[in-house]
Amino acid sequence: MRFQVHRSTLVDPHILELEQRRIFEMCWIYVGHESEVRAPGDFKTRTICGRPVILCRDNKNNVRVFLNTCRHRGTVVCREPEGNAKHYVCFYHGWTYDRDGNLYAVPGQSAYPPNFNKGEFGLKEPPRVASYRGFVFLNFDADAIALEEYLAGAREYIDLVIDQSPSQQMEVLQGTQEYDIRANWKLLVENSFDDYHLLTTHSTWLNYLKSSGVEMKRPEKGHLLPAHGVGKDLGNGHAVIDNVNFRGRPVARWIPIYGEAAKPELERIRAELVARLGEARATRVADTNRNLVIFPNLVLNDGSSVTIRTFHPFAPDRMRVRAWAFGPTEETPTARAVRLDSFLTFYGPGGFATPDDIEALESVQAGLATYREVPWSIMTRGIAKEGEQLNTDELHLRAFWVQWDKLMRTGGAE
Amino acid sequence: MNLDPSQVTRQQVEDFLYEEAALLDAWRLDAWLELLTTDAVYRVPSNDRPTADPKDTLFIIADDINRIRARVTRLQDKNAHAEYPPSRTRRVIANVRIVGRNGSTLEVEANFVVHRFRRDERIREYVGHYRYELRSEDGRLKIARREAIIDAMELGSLGAVSFIL
Repeated sequence: MRFQVHRSTLVDPHILELEQRRIFEMCWIYVGHESEVRAPGDFKTRTICGRPVILCRDNKNNVRVFLNTCRHRGTVVCREPEGNAKHYVCFYHGWTYDRDGNLYAVPGQSAYPPNFNKGEFGLKEPPRVASYRGFVFLNFDADAIALEEYLAGAREYIDLVIDQSPSQQMEVLQGTQEYDIRANWKLLVENSFDDYHLLTTHSTWLNYLKSSGVEMKRPEKGHLLPAHGVGKDLGNGHAVIDNVNFRGRPVARWIPIYGEAAKPELERIRAELVARLGEARATRVADTNRNLVIFPNLVLNDGSSVTIRTFHPFAPDRMRVRAWAFGPTEETPTARAVRLDSFLTFYGPGGFATPDDIEALESVQAGLATYREVPWSIMTRGIAKEGEQLNTDELHLRAFWVQWDKLMRTGGAE
Repeated sequence: MNLDPSQVTRQQVEDFLYEEAALLDAWRLDAWLELLTTDAVYRVPSNDRPTADPKDTLFIIADDINRIRARVTRLQDKNAHAEYPPSRTRRVIANVRIVGRNGSTLEVEANFVVHRFRRDERIREYVGHYRYELRSEDGRLKIARREAIIDAMELGSLGAVSFIL
């Protein structure tokens, strides 16, 4: 039994070009969360698949996504990272768009011919925009399947993340971690839910947990990690690792790192979960954690905290990562502080783990310069097993790659 | 050193910050810990929220003293892969200003350029300013709060903040 990935897929610029056409322009791609724009006129500007876009609320309070380019000559019409706009004014010649994207004012309009119709020149939108539980996606393929159908088995896991909020309303917290990794974007997909690397890459983080009094059992027979966890294929290239928690959770499994003072608050959160969801579902929310990959480039890591992470390639060996913390809207200041502090124990460019992940990915990329001599990477963990696959197996990685392969072979026009 | 905080001069503060920079550049991290108060904090805010509070905002680093000590323990472990082999750093501290005096504490700001070198990598230049709260304890200045605010709009090609900035 073999499952090998050809290393040229991680270094070849032609592969990246083909990925842009067949993956990034054919799949639902995450733009942002509805909580990031709350009131009419609120906006965030982002670069998605190389295109500048505006995520915003229009005058009717609908969440909209506009392509951030003036219909006149192409200028980016909104150049601030975030804010509230009455209008989007192109500074070059002064074409002005309202919050609904309509072209509202054109200086010296009388010089245009009689058939010039402002109604034709509103800000363009991507062919498709849709949201699921507040997560806003776009699709450059007008014929794409509906978002809910696309998300397939990933929906259940998004729902599980959102169940930690009593009102079922989660929000993106302020503060963006935005950094580059000199590695192929697919290596971060793999890394984001690869539990095989935890013991070796993150031994200093595990030592930190242990020395902080976090209880860690010896792994059971056949396991590498202190708690049981499985890998699952969720369809359409999405996959997850679904683990029994040992590392603590702000909702709601206390560990000594959170401090004695936070204990009653976590007990209160847990009691609310049980009352609202019942014991079984509350246990699922509080005592398990999950790393979810939504094909191709969105990761929800609901572990030591919740992080939304998305990334776009600039080059075969370079990507820009953006990550945010995500929490229940009604969270108390105490619980919010625990969530943010817990986030930083592991995640992010100053955390105790993510920098070592970055180093691992960059070390892989450096090694891949030998791809002509050493062309294949091995991804067969668990492949010969019947039934359940562990989080330290590679079924979930294979699920991503199988979908990648399918789209690259049969996808849209070059 | 005159340690009546109302009398501490800028030059004394500069000497202290230069000494700190030398310890960090030499990776003498245990000696660096000696410069901190037992309730010290070390913070690097997210680039898009440089003046926020880590209780309600995601930071890059928001360490209390326990986390600072754990960070030093980690950085001294060969398995802190992002800093093994350790990068070389060279800090230039400038524009040091005492911006406030309050009882036994001094508020100090200074600009920094920290160059970071690793084998086969481009130089990374971390540019920004520090905000310090210095306290006089046992006849010495000590660091009670140390914030490194990076000027870059995003970390971008700086990548990680895996060393003590």
